[in-house]
Amino acid sequence: MSARSPAAAQAYDYAEFMARAYAIELEATERYAQFAEQMEAHNNPEVAALFRKLSGFEALHAKRILGEMGWVDMPALPPPLAWEGGGEGPETAPFEALHYLMQPYHALELALRCELQALEYFEGIAKRDVPAQVKAAALDMAAEERLHAALIRDWMQRVPPPAEGWDEDPDPPRMNE
Amino acid sequence: MRRTVSAALAGSGGAGVMTAGNMLLEAAAAAGYYGLMTRTSGPQIRGGEAAAMVRVATFPTDAQDDRFDILAAIDWQNVHRFASELPLGAHSVVLGDPAQGEPPEVFLKTGARFLPVPLKKIAAAIPGAWPNMVALGVLAGLMGLPPEALERAARKSMKKGLEAGLAAAREGMVQASTFPEESLFRLDKRPQDRKRWLVTGNEAAGYGALRGGVRFVAAYPITPATELLEWLSPALAKVGGTLVQAEDELASINMALGASYGGVPALTATSGPGLSLMSEALGLGVAAEIPVVVVDVMRTGPSTGIATKSEQADLDIALHGLHGDAPHVVVAPNSVADCVAATEWAVGLAESLQVPALVLSDQYFGQARAVVDAPRSERFALKRLVAELKEREAAGDQEEKESKEKSYNRYAITPSGVSPMAIPGTPGCRYTADGLEHNEKGTPSSQAGDHLAQMDKRARKLSQLDPGEHWASIEGEGDTAVVTFGSCTGPVREAMARAGWKAKLVSLRLLSPAQPERLAKALAGVKRVLVVEQNHSGQFLRYLRADYDLPGEVKSLRRPGPLPFRPEEILQSLQAWEAA
Amino acid sequence: MNAPLTAAALAAKDFKSDYKPVWCPGCGDYSVLSAITKALATLGLRPENVAVISGIGCSSRIPAYTTCYGFHGVHGRALPAATGLKAARPDLTVLVASGDGDGYSIGGNHFLHACRRNVDLTYIVMDNHVYGMTKGQPSPTTEPDWSSKLAPGGTGLREFHPLVIALASGANYIARGFSGDPNGCAALIAEAVRHPGFSFVEILSPCVTFRPEQREWKQAVRPSPVAPTDDPARAARRLMTDDGFNLGVLYKGSRPPFAGEPAAPTHAVQDLEKGFEL
Repeated sequence: MSARSPAAAQAYDYAEFMARAYAIELEATERYAQFAEQMEAHNNPEVAALFRKLSGFEALHAKRILGEMGWVDMPALPPPLAWEGGGEGPETAPFEALHYLMQPYHALELALRCELQALEYFEGIAKRDVPAQVKAAALDMAAEERLHAALIRDWMQRVPPPAEGWDEDPDPPRMNE
Repeated sequence: MRRTVSAALAGSGGAGVMTAGNMLLEAAAAAGYYGLMTRTSGPQIRGGEAAAMVRVATFPTDAQDDRFDILAAIDWQNVHRFASELPLGAHSVVLGDPAQGEPPEVFLKTGARFLPVPLKKIAAAIPGAWPNMVALGVLAGLMGLPPEALERAARKSMKKGLEAGLAAAREGMVQASTFPEESLFRLDKRPQDRKRWLVTGNEAAGYGALRGGVRFVAAYPITPATELLEWLSPALAKVGGTLVQAEDELASINMALGASYGGVPALTATSGPGLSLMSEALGLGVAAEIPVVVVDVMRTGPSTGIATKSEQADLDIALHGLHGDAPHVVVAPNSVADCVAATEWAVGLAESLQVPALVLSDQYFGQARAVVDAPRSERFALKRLVAELKEREAAGDQEEKESKEKSYNRYAITPSGVSPMAIPGTPGCRYTADGLEHNEKGTPSSQAGDHLAQMDKRARKLSQLDPGEHWASIEGEGDTAVVTFGSCTGPVREAMARAGWKAKLVSLRLLSPAQPERLAKALAGVKRVLVVEQNHSGQFLRYLRADYDLPGEVKSLRRPGPLPFRPEEILQSLQAWEAA
Repeated sequence: MNAPLTAAALAAKDFKSDYKPVWCPGCGDYSVLSAITKALATLGLRPENVAVISGIGCSSRIPAYTTCYGFHGVHGRALPAATGLKAARPDLTVLVASGDGDGYSIGGNHFLHACRRNVDLTYIVMDNHVYGMTKGQPSPTTEPDWSSKLAPGGTGLREFHPLVIALASGANYIARGFSGDPNGCAALIAEAVRHPGFSFVEILSPCVTFRPEQREWKQAVRPSPVAPTDDPARAARRLMTDDGFNLGVLYKGSRPPFAGEPAAPTHAVQDLEKGFEL
């Protein structure tokens, strides 16, 4: 749809870039928090706790950006809800990725994908013809995401891989209305 | 001299019997009398056989008399089909055009005398005149209505051919004066001047709704309720309201609920088939506690039934037609004039109790045009309890507002059962209205405790209602009582009047919530209870037996539509019983 | 450039309530909820001035998940309830939420007349080609060969084409979104609310429980290859060859919306008695 603009050769200024970076982290924070709520509502406490943790990490990152910029409150977010390439923020996990019986491994897999997407986004900006300050900041962000990705990979080593039949539920779906 | 005269004017399509009948009523009204007009016709849209039935009286009434004094016909085609609706007697007179042949045997068998009047010939002698105007003149003349009154009525309704029409009517009056019977049907002098209206039950109910505060109406046409909606359309526009025509009754009741949810008192009107369609949404109104009023102008059922005829057979579904236990209000006007107050009251009850209210009118009231004493204005102080963010809170900070929000319980358990209703647009008390069972906050809940609490709440709203004297019309004294509702009240009143009011009339106006204690008090000392209703199975009798204690002996006088009860048959029932 | 947001402007999260949705994780409706909240925030509305009306079904649970005024009515009758509300309260922004069963089957008749009436409403239908709440029966938009308990081997019936019906019945704005693109849906919804008259936004929203194969929709959808039109005839030609996966605004008309707003009163109620007085 036309609302999705293809990757524009926009030259962001530094403040605009940081506002976008903040938006990315904020959206990821809120999305993981919503995922945690969904898992809680569906009696999957382990994965809920995991998503809460992930949300916390994103929140920290977002807070750090605010601190760095000296922003007291949220900056104006880029309109019109569009991200380069379309869709949602590069670090935002899609709703359709969830399953009520999902395992911690799945959650981490999802988070890893998001980190790598964010990494790709920031690296992409750094490669473009952008002001030096923006390039430096983009590379910084990319490094941060690379670190997160490594942490998640590491975490994934410590959780069991999903067992065969993890999504089997002998009970059929229930009717509610 | 007569206190009342009843005349019927019959004829086929094109004969203009309705127009003439209406003018007769208007003339009687202009002359200072009371009266009413009802009608009957064949199934054709136009051109069918029809009869206008007009009763004129020196006292207010909306019952039909025992029989017609005069049956006049422009022609006799298929008029015999109405025979059961046009009872005559030995003292009645049948007026017909000899050119149209003999009146049908069924009318002459009653002993009524045939008076030939060459209506067509008389009309032909006046250029542009019609036989129906001649007939009108004859009837007016026989009743002794002053010519000025007839002229006033004609001027009011005739757009063209006025002079010819007036001339024809005058000729008719002249004809009447030549009959030996001419003084037989002369009316007594007119009653004292009082402020009076000429109104149909449908118009009266529409007006009552506006008086009650209705400003949104959803409309789907259905016989015999359509005129109520059509009267409301321009009237609403004048007082700042809106009418939307819906695609079906499912839409109209849901539209009314939507508007009411938005804070605007809302109404729709229908008949039996439409009410059946509305039952699901009415349940939604009960469960989500949204006020709404539905006027059911009852017609002969079941199913499509007889659309143009009256019956009192929707009591069962009005009371019990909603699935689940769904307490709601049911009100029944008991005269054409009472359609104003009963509807106004129903709106007030719906609003103040946050519940659907049904008004059981019927085709007889809805389409009867009557001269009535101008109904006095009731002052019902019944308003919707609305949740408001108090000024201090409104000025408060966002956090305070949010905590107020979290504490707003739309369906809070209160002693009266009524909880403040937030109106969209009000900050600080947003909620979702829901047909799903819910807790105090309105969150859907399948918990036993919540269901019980909400059921108790909704029942309590109605059970703690004090209807005051509006719950019934109680007239007369005696150890025999007639218990009835709606349009049977008129003939019962007249029967009682003839018997010198030595029996008691209790006409229930509030059918739900039932008032067993009040009825017991009203029937204290009564030894015989006659239950009168116009339906086949005795719905009202069953209702009384289920929800009330009836003293002494109980008898049922009932029959289905379309024939209304006549005062004489009620009187005979009472007298036979008392004698036994 | 980075002025902090003023107190008056709200964020998307201010339109989302604390209620945890009962939808299955993975359901497309979560995206639609997100899209609605984003759209309302973008439009600068206040939750108390917005009403969300729904019928019955999974999608119809949505009102309580927002912080707007909500009305969870009976099956198929959301549009008339919304019509009554908007006619009586034209000052409110009224959204209507429904599913393919609620909206196109039992609600079908009301759909036709709501388009025809052109009341200023925004109608969002979450289409998953199935009756989800009742455990998986075919809906009017289900493929003819989809097998179910009620119709083993498929219904064999041609699917209902809601966008064509909307166009033929007079809707003023017709768009299709996909829950896999919540921001895209938010943009469509925001525009739909802004557009006067009856705005219809169908959102393909996969049912993860009963139609898991709808995961493939991600590959099937595409942005519409043509720009929106205001010519009903052109829109009709496009829609007749539409395969159900073209996304975007397909039609933007200019019919004046239903003028059902109450006029200022010119009479007191009592004045009406003159019509009865003798």
